[in-house]
Amino acid sequence: MADAKPRIRLDNKEVRKGETVEVKTLVSHIMETGLRHDPSGKLIPRMIINTFTCELNGKFVFGCDLERAVAANPYFQFRFKPEESGTLKFTWIDDEGVRIEATETIKVT
Amino acid sequence: MSRRQALTAGAGAFAAGLGVAAAGPARAANDYAEQIRIFTGGKQPIEGRVKLELPELAENGNTVPMSVAVDGPTGDVHVQEILILAPANPNARVVRFRFSAMSVAAAATRIRLAETQDVIAVAKLSDGTFLSATRQIKVTIGGCGG
Repeated sequence: MADAKPRIRLDNKEVRKGETVEVKTLVSHIMETGLRHDPSGKLIPRMIINTFTCELNGKFVFGCDLERAVAANPYFQFRFKPEESGTLKFTWIDDEGVRIEATETIKVT
Repeated sequence: MSRRQALTAGAGAFAAGLGVAAAGPARAANDYAEQIRIFTGGKQPIEGRVKLELPELAENGNTVPMSVAVDGPTGDVHVQEILILAPANPNARVVRFRFSAMSVAAAATRIRLAETQDVIAVAKLSDGTFLSATRQIKVTIGGCGG
C-alpha cells in the first residue's frame, strides 16, 4: 500500500500573496475498519491511515486525525492562503507507522 | 464455501459493521455526546454558522461525500479544529480537521455511515467558542459490508 503514489492537485501553483490555493489529495489505502470478519469468522484487524498533514516549508498548514469512518482511499480537499513560496509537504501515516509522502512546489508573488 | 456459510459470514460482517454484535442492542448509541463534551471541554456549542453539507440520500454508506465550512471568522479569530461525529456509527468520531492561520475554514472528504442518522460538526474557534451544525442523511445500504 505504501508504494501507491498519492495524487495531489492544486488549482493554482502560482498565486499572489493573499490569494487562496485549493488542494485536493487522494491516496490509496484500504482503511480496514477492524469491525469486519473474514469468511472464517475471524475479525480483520484495524488498519487505517490515522493522520494526514500538510506543511509549507515545515510550517503546519492543514491536517486531520482520521478515524475508521473515513472512506477507503482517503480524499481531502482544503484551501489555504500561502504566506511564502516553497515546498508543500504532504504526509499520511497509518496504524503500522508506514508513512506516505509527497511534495509540491508553489510560488507566491 | 457453502451458501449457508456465505450468508452467515455476510450477516456477521453486517452486524459487526453496524456495531450490533450478537450481545448488543439493535441500535447501540455510541458515545457521541461524551466525545463532544471532551472536544469542547464541557462547553455547550452554539448552533449555527457551520455549514455541513451531505447528500440527502446516500445509496452507499461506504463513501459519502461530506464538506464542512465555517462562516466568517473575522480578524484574529480563526477556526482551529472541526470535529465530525456520526451518532449511529459504531464509533462516534469520524474525522477531526485541524487548521492553521493560513487556512480557509473549510474542508471536504468522504466518509462511511452505517445507517440513517444526524451527522454533527463541531468547530473550535481560537477565541474559545464552539459552533455546531447537524445534518440528517438517509443511508440505504450501510457502509460496513452490509
